[in-house]
Amino acid sequence: MKQEHGDNGTQKYGMVIDLDLCTGCGSCMVACMAENNVPFREDETDKLKSITWMRVYKLTNGKPYPETDICYLPRPCQHCEGQHGHSPCVSVCPATATDYDTQTGIVSQIYTRCFGCRYCMGACPYHARYFNWYDPIWPEGMEKYLNPAVSPRMRGVVEKCSFCIHRYQAAKDKAHLDGQKEIEEDAYQTACTQACPAGAITFGDLNNPGHAVHELKKQPGAFRLLERLGTNPKVYYVSSREWVRRAGDNYLKTEGPKKAV
Amino acid sequence: MKIDRRSFLSLGIGVAAGTALSPLPWKLTDDLSIWTQNWPWTPVPEIGETTYVNSVCTLCPGRCGISVRKVEDRGVKIEGMKGHPVNQGGICALGLSGLQLLYGPTRIKSPLKRVGKRGAGQWAKISWEQAIAEISEKLDGFRTGGNSHTVAGIAGSGQGTVSRLFSRFLTAYGTPNCFHMPSSADTYQLALQQMNGVSAAPVFDLENADFILSFGCGLLDGWGSPVRTIKANTGWKKANARVIQIEPRLSRTAAKADRWISIIPGTEAALALGVAHVLIKEMRYNKDFVDNYAHGFESYVTDRGEMKKGFRQTVLDGYSPETVARITGIDPSAIILLAREFAKAKAPLALCGKGQGRTPGSLSEAMAVHALNALVGSVNRKGGVCTLPIADIQGWPELTLDAEAAAGMNQPRLDGAAPKSPNCINQLASAILSGKGYPVNALFVLESNPRYTLADSKTVTEAFDKIPFVVSLSSFMDETACNADLVLPNHIYLERLEDVPTPVGFPRSVIGLSKPVFKPLFNTKHAGDTLILLAKELGGGVAESFPWDNFEACFGKAMGDKLKTLQNKGFWLDSEAAAPQWKDSFKTPSGKFEFTAASAAFSPVKIEGDAAAFPLLLIPYETMRLSCGYIADPPFLTKTVEDTILKHNDGFIEINPKTAQAGQLSEGDAVVLQTPVGQARVRAHLEEGILPGVVALPGGLGHTAYDGYIAGKGINVNQMIGPVQDPDSGLDAAWGIRAKLSKA
Repeated sequence: MKQEHGDNGTQKYGMVIDLDLCTGCGSCMVACMAENNVPFREDETDKLKSITWMRVYKLTNGKPYPETDICYLPRPCQHCEGQHGHSPCVSVCPATATDYDTQTGIVSQIYTRCFGCRYCMGACPYHARYFNWYDPIWPEGMEKYLNPAVSPRMRGVVEKCSFCIHRYQAAKDKAHLDGQKEIEEDAYQTACTQACPAGAITFGDLNNPGHAVHELKKQPGAFRLLERLGTNPKVYYVSSREWVRRAGDNYLKTEGPKKAV
Repeated sequence: MKIDRRSFLSLGIGVAAGTALSPLPWKLTDDLSIWTQNWPWTPVPEIGETTYVNSVCTLCPGRCGISVRKVEDRGVKIEGMKGHPVNQGGICALGLSGLQLLYGPTRIKSPLKRVGKRGAGQWAKISWEQAIAEISEKLDGFRTGGNSHTVAGIAGSGQGTVSRLFSRFLTAYGTPNCFHMPSSADTYQLALQQMNGVSAAPVFDLENADFILSFGCGLLDGWGSPVRTIKANTGWKKANARVIQIEPRLSRTAAKADRWISIIPGTEAALALGVAHVLIKEMRYNKDFVDNYAHGFESYVTDRGEMKKGFRQTVLDGYSPETVARITGIDPSAIILLAREFAKAKAPLALCGKGQGRTPGSLSEAMAVHALNALVGSVNRKGGVCTLPIADIQGWPELTLDAEAAAGMNQPRLDGAAPKSPNCINQLASAILSGKGYPVNALFVLESNPRYTLADSKTVTEAFDKIPFVVSLSSFMDETACNADLVLPNHIYLERLEDVPTPVGFPRSVIGLSKPVFKPLFNTKHAGDTLILLAKELGGGVAESFPWDNFEACFGKAMGDKLKTLQNKGFWLDSEAAAPQWKDSFKTPSGKFEFTAASAAFSPVKIEGDAAAFPLLLIPYETMRLSCGYIADPPFLTKTVEDTILKHNDGFIEINPKTAQAGQLSEGDAVVLQTPVGQARVRAHLEEGILPGVVALPGGLGHTAYDGYIAGKGINVNQMIGPVQDPDSGLDAAWGIRAKLSKA
C-alpha cells in the first residue's frame, strides 16, 4: 500500500505544558468536559471512575512542613507514538477501536467499534483512558448544551482525550475551502489550550518549525512522562523544579538522578 | 449406544469446532457489545448554524468577557472573549460551566408562593401580576403605618445599574436598611479614605509590579478578578518578578510563589510593621516620598499642642524583628531579608485581603500594608496601589423622597452603623435576634444567598426565620430562596441586559455589557423590571423616582453616551488616565499622604473561643474549583474537586500530620470539629503544607439547597466561623476561629 504523506510531510500534533505557570485552577478540565460532552454524575469522588479526559494531578515533594512543595500537572492523553505508531493502547486493541493516525500523530478512539474489553486501559501507563461504567445521563434540560461536533458516548465503551480532533477536522475543512494547503497554528487549538487563564498550555505541530511548540519542547527543564518506557509521548512538560522533573518518571529509591536520561 | 471415551472426545471436539466455524460466537460477541452499549435513550445533539455572541460573566466579581457559542438557539459552550481588557481571552472553570446553570434543574421557572411550612419546599405557581400585587399590598401597609424602615434589602454587590436601582427603590420607599455583601476592597477603600484622603476604589497595578508581597491573598485562588490575576502571575514569571506568599497554609498561591512564608494566622499586620521597621532602621525607605509627600511619619505637634508620636518612632520602638518574630513565628533573619528584598525591588507591591477577599478583614491590617506600600513609594505610582474614582449614575432624575420615605430614612440603621458608612451586614443577624431597636417585617434578597454565605449560619438562620416576610429575587433555588415566602425569579446572567462595572482592583475604568444571549427560558423577569413594576404599583414618591417604562429605558439613561460603544464593542474602556503622581493627589487635611496612628499599631482581631477549650485554630480557604458565593458549584466544577477535599458526601479538614499525631488521628478518620459557634462531622486529611496547630476547611461545600450534584456534600465553613466586628470599621474582620477536633 502506498504510504500516505501530506505534501509537507506528516504533522505531529503535541503539547508543551509549562508547570511553572500552571496554577491548578481546573479551567482545562472543565473546558474539555464542556467541549467534548463528557458526562457527569451526582457523585464524582471515585476518581477511578470519574471521566476526565484532561485531569490535573497534584504532586508533592514529600518533604515535611515547612519544606513541603506542591506542583500541579495537567494530564491529557499523551498521544504516544511509540516506535512507528505502536502506542501501548493501539497495540493491544483487538477491535481496532483505537488507532494511531500517521498523518496527524493523534491517537483516535472510535466508540462504535469499542466493545469495552478495556485492554487499552490496562496498557496505558498514564491512566488517560476511562471506561463508561454507567449510562451518561444529563439532568432534564441540560442535554441542550451538548456539542453537535462530538458524539456523546454510550455505556460500555472506553473514551479519552482526542486533542479535540473535531476542531482539526473543522480547521482542515476551512483551510480546504480557503484554498490553503496547511492549517494555520491558531486555526486548530484544543479547548484546554484556549481556556487556560495562565497560558500554561501550548499546542501545535511538533514537526513544524513555524509552530511555538517546536522550540518550546527543546527548552531546558523540558521532559516527558515515564520517558524510559519508550512510549514516545507527544505531550512535553516544562518545570524549573528538579523534584517535579524527577516525579515525571518512576525512579527506584536507589537510583540517582543521573541515571535517568 | 454406549459412549466410550474416544467417541465422547471426538464428539466434544466436533461440537467445539462446529461452533467455532459457525457464526454463533461472533453473533454472541456482537450481541454482547450491543447490549453493553444499549442506552435507554440516545442524545443526538442537533446540528445547525454556529454563531458566537459576546457578553460578560457575572458569576463572580471577576467580570470577564465571554463568548458564547450557539448552535441555532442552543448554547453549547462558553469561552473567554478575545481582546476583552479584563481577561484577554482566558476563562475560569466556573465561567466555563455557565451553561449548566442556564439549563440546569435548579432554575426557578416561575414566580412562586409558599403554601406549606417555610422551607418545606411546597410552592404554588403564581402569576407576575399576583406576585407584584401581593408584595405592593404588604409594602404599602408598612409604609402607611409608618413602618417603612422595618423593610430591609440585601443585594449581592453594591455596583451596577440593577444594584443601584435596588438601593434607589429602598431609599425612595423609606428604609435605610439596604445592605450588600462586603469584601476586602471595602476595607481597603476605608484605608484609602483615611490615608490618601480620597473616596475611591483601590487599584492594584499588578501587571507592572516586580516584587509582590502578598499577605495571604489567594492570588491564584480567586483573588480580585481571578483570570486577570492569574494572567498577571504568568507575566511575573516571564519577567522574573518575585512573589512572596505569607500564609499558614500551602495554598495554590503559596505553592506557585517564589517563597512561601508560613505565619501564625492573624499576625500579618505585625509582619508588615516588622518589615517597615527594617526599612526605616536601615534607611531603605523612599525618602523622596516620605519627606515631601507624607505626613505623620515624624512625630509632630497637633493644633491643640499635643505631641503625637509619628509612624517612624512607633514602629522603631515596637516592632523590631525579634519582637515580630515572637508574634508571627517567623525567623528574625527572614524578616530582615524580606525587608531588604522589598526595598531593593523597582516596583514592590504589598497586597492584603485573605483568600478571595470575601471577608472585609481588619482595617488596621489594611492600613499597615498600605503604609508599607507608602514607605517604598508604591502609592499612586506605576506598579503600585492607585485609586479609581467611583462613578455615579448621571442620567437619572433626582430621587423623590416623600414624607413617608423621609421619616423612614431618619430611623437608625439596623446594623447600628452611621448613615452612609459601609453597611455592616455581619451585624444584621445579631441585631435582629437581640430584639433591641425595631423588628424587621420584610426582607428583599437580590442576587445573593445570605443564609449560606454569611458567617455563623446558625444565628443567621434563626434571625431570618424571625422575619415574617422574605422575598427572594434569585434565579436559583438556593438556601435563601428555599426559605422565602415569595420568589420572583430573575433572568439568569445569560438572559439579561446589564452593565458590569470595573472589576475589583482593575487599573482602568471599564464597563462590560452583559446582554441577553438567550431568550428567557422560563417565566422569569429582569429584576430591574420587577423593581420598576413594584415602584409604579406603590405610587407616591416611589413611583416618581422610577419614571421609566421598563429597565431597558432606565438602563439607556444610565449609560448615556456610553451605550453606543457598549453595543458596538461589548465593553466601554475609559481612555488611559494621566500617569498617577504624588503631587496634589492626596486630599487629606494635611494635603499629604497620612501615616495614621492605626497604621502603626498591630491590634490583633479577637477571634472567638478560648485557647484552653479550643486548642486549634480553624481557618477557611478558597479555591478556584469551589464557588463559595451566591453561585453554587455547577456539576462540572464539583467534578474537579479532589478526593482529599470531598469523598462521597464527606468533607475533609486539612491538618498537619504533627497535629494529627497529637490527637491520634490518621488519614481519613472521621472526626468531630467543634468551634464556639458550631459542630460538624468531617474527616481528617493529613497534609504537610499547613502550620501545625492550624486546621483548614474549604468554602463552597455544605449546601442544603440546589440539587443532588452539590447538596449535602461536605460542610459549610460559615456554619463553623462567626463574624468578629472590627473596632475601626465595624466590618467583619474574622480570619478564623478557635476549634477542637475529637475522634468521632
